Formats: sequence, structure tokens, C-alpha cells
Amino acid sequence: MAYSFPEEVLEHVFSFIHSYKDRNAISLVCKSWYDIERWCRRRIFIGNCYAVTPRITIRRFPELRSVSLKGKPHFADYNLVPHKWGANLYPWVAAMAQAYPWLEELRLKRMVVTDDTLEMISHSFKNFKVLVLSSCEGFTTHGLAAIAANCRNLRELDLQETEVDDPSGNWLSHFPESCTSLVSLNFTRLEGEVSFSALERLVGRCTNLRTLRLNQAVPLDKLANLLCRAPQLVDLGTGIYSGEVRPELYSKLVSAFAGCKELKNLSGLWEVVPAYLPAIYPVCPGLTSLNLSYATIQSVDLIKLVSQCQNLQQLWVLDYIEDSGLDALAASCKDLRELRVFPSDPYGAEQNVSLTEQGLVSVSEGCPKLHSVLYFCRQMSNAALFTIARNRPNMTRFRLCILEPHTPDYLTLQPLDVGFGAIVEHCKNLRRLSLSGLLTDRVFEYIGTHAKKLRMLSVAFAGDSDLGLHHVLSGCKSLRKLEIRDCPFGDKALLANASKLETMRSLWMSSCSVSFGACKLLGQKMQRLNVEVIDESGPPDSSPDDCPVERLYAYRSVAGPRFDRPTFVWTVDENSAMRLS
Amino acid sequence: MAKQGLELEITELRLGLPGDNCHSSRDKNEIKKRVFSEISVDDDQNSSSSSGGDRRKNQNNNNNNNKTQVVGWPPVCSYRKKNNAAEAETTKLYVKVSMDGAPFLRKIDLKTHKGYSDLAVGFEELFRSYGIGGMWKDSESSEYIPIYEDKDGDWMLVGDVPWEMFTESCKRLRIMKRSDAKGFGILQSKPYSNGEKQNDLKI
Repeated sequence: MAYSFPEEVLEHVFSFIHSYKDRNAISLVCKSWYDIERWCRRRIFIGNCYAVTPRITIRRFPELRSVSLKGKPHFADYNLVPHKWGANLYPWVAAMAQAYPWLEELRLKRMVVTDDTLEMISHSFKNFKVLVLSSCEGFTTHGLAAIAANCRNLRELDLQETEVDDPSGNWLSHFPESCTSLVSLNFTRLEGEVSFSALERLVGRCTNLRTLRLNQAVPLDKLANLLCRAPQLVDLGTGIYSGEVRPELYSKLVSAFAGCKELKNLSGLWEVVPAYLPAIYPVCPGLTSLNLSYATIQSVDLIKLVSQCQNLQQLWVLDYIEDSGLDALAASCKDLRELRVFPSDPYGAEQNVSLTEQGLVSVSEGCPKLHSVLYFCRQMSNAALFTIARNRPNMTRFRLCILEPHTPDYLTLQPLDVGFGAIVEHCKNLRRLSLSGLLTDRVFEYIGTHAKKLRMLSVAFAGDSDLGLHHVLSGCKSLRKLEIRDCPFGDKALLANASKLETMRSLWMSSCSVSFGACKLLGQKMQRLNVEVIDESGPPDSSPDDCPVERLYAYRSVAGPRFDRPTFVWTVDENSAMRLS
Repeated sequence: MAKQGLELEITELRLGLPGDNCHSSRDKNEIKKRVFSEISVDDDQNSSSSSGGDRRKNQNNNNNNNKTQVVGWPPVCSYRKKNNAAEAETTKLYVKVSMDGAPFLRKIDLKTHKGYSDLAVGFEELFRSYGIGGMWKDSESSEYIPIYEDKDGDWMLVGDVPWEMFTESCKRLRIMKRSDAKGFGILQSKPYSNGEKQNDLKI
């Protein structure tokens, strides 16, 4: 029976399949489908830039238009990865400049991007449209100026949480007067002033602009001007939301916001002056996303604001909201899906706000669609965790951070094992979990037994022995990323579950008890695993083999050991010699 | 501990820290707490070079407590740390920094630095290629001296006054070549037994 489906038909069918997972599945059906699929793949997501090389990527997918890359491990956000560790974008862009002249989109997270690289992007890709730089570093506004000046069809320039130095102050003026294509502009973390006239002109002529997120240098009166020019905005990040209270500025703001009928997302709101808050009230009922995590206003004002946002789906807020504010949230925002509560005083020893586990319990009771939580607090109980778990079996992301490590259940002084156990047992679709508080190996037994859909687990100051790590590695079938710090986990569990590591994207372990000898063994045995030891105090083999390593980062890769290792990163290859950089 | 790891039986694993035969949970907590504070101290000692780039480990000691700061805990991104505490100063304090021999000036935000050693690291970052390492530690042998212009217009040696006083009065900074220091009146002559006078810098 001949297989007579023409390639063009298959290609057409494949063009309706967008998810990476499905695309990958298609390519595994047979050689001919693999071949057809790779030629018509337009978008790729590479979760670890060192898992594959540019050359391998280009060889397999010759016609990409959109590339997403992630670089440093997540704990880099908390200063656990040394400066100059790697994740340089340059080699990727250099290779893609040759291979993908029609590249349209680059979405990067935790990568190091230089001005030269940005300049190369701006010159190499004639139809470049989307640049997203999330938590990146390494460039200044010189690079941005090149992008602005040369990318004629730029639609999105999104710097998200990337901090940018601004030596020149004038990059916005590099957008030519002919540029009208911008749909999204986000420069929230840019240090320094912007040229308001250039910004106003740019915003005025880009009539398709939907997202505008400003930095702190933009004051209220300029905000009002911008809103008047762009009433069609769907996503707004204000600048500094404060200033002297002036009636004429207030009414200017009121009418500016009143004109924004499409606004769904509101963020920015640094240094909020409560007197100016009512200007926002008219847009509140339409809001689905509100980021107040920089607004240092008190519970009373927060309650007034949040109570008017009946359609809110996502709220990020400081713990100034307190339990009373979370009660109000639970009562008013029945469509809430995601809540993040950040600490206003993370390093203070004393509680400065009246926020406890009760606030989270309230929201879990009142908001039936709540499925994603990030919660910083100072006390927790197993009873509260039980209640949350039973209220919200639809939870998919649960990240709890009790500020002081090893904090037990404040009511019983017991470990919080059974509370988290309830979470993983009831929330069968849990994909992401961060633990904190006093925890023994028991909690890992629960996790290994129940958390079958868990993809990412973050652990700190927990567990008693290797058994804990063993439960997780042997039980969590869907685990992709495991990051551990300051736990008494060592060699035994790691080596007993070595093959598990090739089924995951990466493993991070810092300040644990993994010996250099075990790292060597792991690197030698597992061909497709890059085992990197990060140690700034010197070569790990100058200490005895059983000395624990500072930091271990192990990730699967088809690229082999990387060539751009800095001097403090040590790897092991299969010839059982320690390879220095 | 030197088992061939891959052939390990699960039954070999047992609860408890290696070598620890204690069963009471209270003792375990104490052991954990000891381990934690040891780790904290180690982190303090090891982490001075591990903080990335110009992100600084927060050494804020609120309420006069002696809580050890652990790197990266609580897990709050650096840009949130800057903005969150109600008492945090949100004003920036950019001052120009010139270095003898460098073709252009730089700017540094004094508010993001916690003290003089922090500032020294900041200088090294800015002027790395000019080799000003060890400017304070090896003050006798360093080629450069940091000075600043204060509110009265006087040029002062960096490091004499408490940090807060310095940030309040500093208008601009200069990293000066030691050989140029003669004209600034901070050299002292010391008579030697053989009658020879020798200039040396009093830091």
C-alpha cells in the first residue's frame, strides 16, 4: 500500500499545528514527517541555550521566523549565579544572521546581550518585528538606538525586567518619523530620562499601539499627555504615580483615564500618592490585570482600589494589602486567577504588616478560579495549607515563601510536611511548587508520591537526608526543572537517579552536600548531561574528592560541553579527565 | 560514602544526617539550625565575589538585629529590593567619576552602594581595563587614590568620614594618579635618621 499523501498536503495540515509539544510529536512519527515538519517549522522555543548549538538548530530547522531562548538558570534572579557565567546571545545572532535573513522575532530570557549584538540584529534581519528581553543584561541605550533606527517594521520592543543603563538619554529619538508600526513598547527598567517630546510624537503616530509601559522617569503630567494621544491602549504601565497634589493635574489625569475605554492591564504605579488614585477608578471595572507591587500605599487605599475591579483576573501587590485587603479581594474579585503578594520588608526581622496565612486562605475560599499563587509571609500552619488545598484543587502554581527559613507550623510547632502534602495530594494538576518553612524528608515523600504533573520544584533549607532528594527524582514523573539550595542532599540520591537527569531540562544544587567525586562520576556516566561545577574558590580537584561543591548545575544537552565557560566553571567529560576552561 | 553510586540499593538510604544517630525531632531542628547558620557564615565569606555584577548583597540590618544575611534569600529579585521597603530612599544620587587617563567620565549612583568597599568594587567595574584593583586594600602600593569634591568645593580623600556623611557631601569623584598627588597637600614628609626626607602618603 503506497503512502501517497503529497508533501504539500501534509505541510498544509501541519501549518495548523502550533504548540511546540505537538510539533515535536509530529516529527517523531516517521522520517518523512520529520523532514516535512522541520522545513515548515517557523517557531522554536529553546529552554536552555546550552542544550543545543546554533549550528545544530539551523541544520535541523532551516526556515525559522521566531526564536525563543532562555539562558541562565532561574536562581540567577537571586544572585546565586556569578557574573559572567555565560548565556551570551552573540553566537546565536551571528549564526542566525547568515541562516535566517527573514527572522522576525527574538524572545530572550536571562541572556547576556551586548550593544554590538543589538546592532547586528538591527542590520541583519530586514523584517524584524519583535524583540522581547526579559531579565536580560549587558547592553545600554546605544544598542536600543540601533534597533529603533534600523528596524523598519518593529512591532514590539519589550524590555520587561531588564535593567538598562542609559548613557546617552536619547535613544527614543532614533525611531524615524516614518515609524508607525509599534504595537508594544515596554521600557520599565530603563535607568534615566527619556525625551518626552520624542515619546509623545512616537506614541502619537503609532496608532496601533496597544501596550505602553513607561519607566519611573515619566511624571504624571506627561502620563496624562500620553494617554490623551493613545486612548486605544490596552496595557498601560505608568511612570511615577506621584507629585504635588494639584487640582488641574488631577482633573487632567481624570479625563485622560476616562478616555481609555480599552484598558485591561495596569502596572507601574511607583510611589503612589493616594490623592491621585481616584483618577484610576473609572478604568477599574474593565481591568483584568493589576500590578500594584511597587505601590507603597496602605491597606485602606488598596481596598478602595481593588474593590472596584470586579473583573480582575491577575493581581500583584505588596503585603501592605494585609489580611483585611485580601478579604476584600476575595469578596469583590470572583474572577481572580492569579495572586502574587510580595514582601515590603523582606529583610526585617519583625513583622511590619498584618498579613498572615489567613489572607491566602480567604482568597482560596472566595475565588473559585484561583490557580496561581506566589505568597510571601511570615507564618503558616498545616491547617491553613489543608484548607487551601481542599478549597482549590484546581491549583497549578503554588509558591509559598515563609521569610525565615525553617519556620515551623506556628500553631503546633511541627514541620509543614503534611500541609504541603495536602497541596500535592489534592491539586492533581500542580505544575509548579516552591516550598519553604520547616520541612523534613516526609514532604518529599508526599511530593514523589502525588505530584505526578509537577514540572518545576524549588526547594530551600529543607529535608534531612538523601532520601528526600531520592523521593523527588524517582517519583515526579513530569519533573523538568529542579532547583535546590541549602539542603543536606548529597551523592547517593543523585547517583542512584542519574538517568532521571537526562529526562529533565536542568538540575541546580547549591550549598548542598554533593561531592566533586560524584559530579565527576555523573559527568562520565551520562553522555548527554553537562555537569558544571561553579566554584569561585579554586579548582575543585585541589580539595579532596569528597569535599562538597559550592554549586552544581547539570543540564541535558546535545551540544557537548560548552566552550565559553568562565574560569570558575568546571566540567567533566567522558574521558574522566576534568576539563578546565 | 565511596560506593559505586549507580549500583546503589534504595534500602541503603536512610533518614538522618550522615553520622547522626539522634532521633528526637527537637535535636534534629537544632542540628539543622546549626547547619543553617554555618552555611550563612560560609555564604558571607564566599559570596563577596559571587554577587553578580553591580548587584549587591543586601546588608541591611533592620531593627538593630544581628540576623545573618544569606545570599539570595528571601528570593526577591534585585529590582524589587530597591523599591519595596517603605523607608527606602527612592531618590538617586548620581555623581560624576573621572579617572586620570580614561577618555571619558562615568556616573555612579551612590545610593546603590552600601559602603566604601562596595564603592571600590563599583570603581573597579567601571574602570576595569585601567587596572585600579586594590585601591583601598593595598593603599600603600596602589597607583591610584580616590578623592572627592565636597559641598564646599574642597577636594577630600575618600574614606575619612562615615559613609552616610560622605554620600551627603560628595559632589563628584576623581580617581587620581598617585604621582599627581603632590599638589594636593596630603603628602607628609618624614625625616629619616640619615637625614634624607622621604615623601610618603598618609592614608
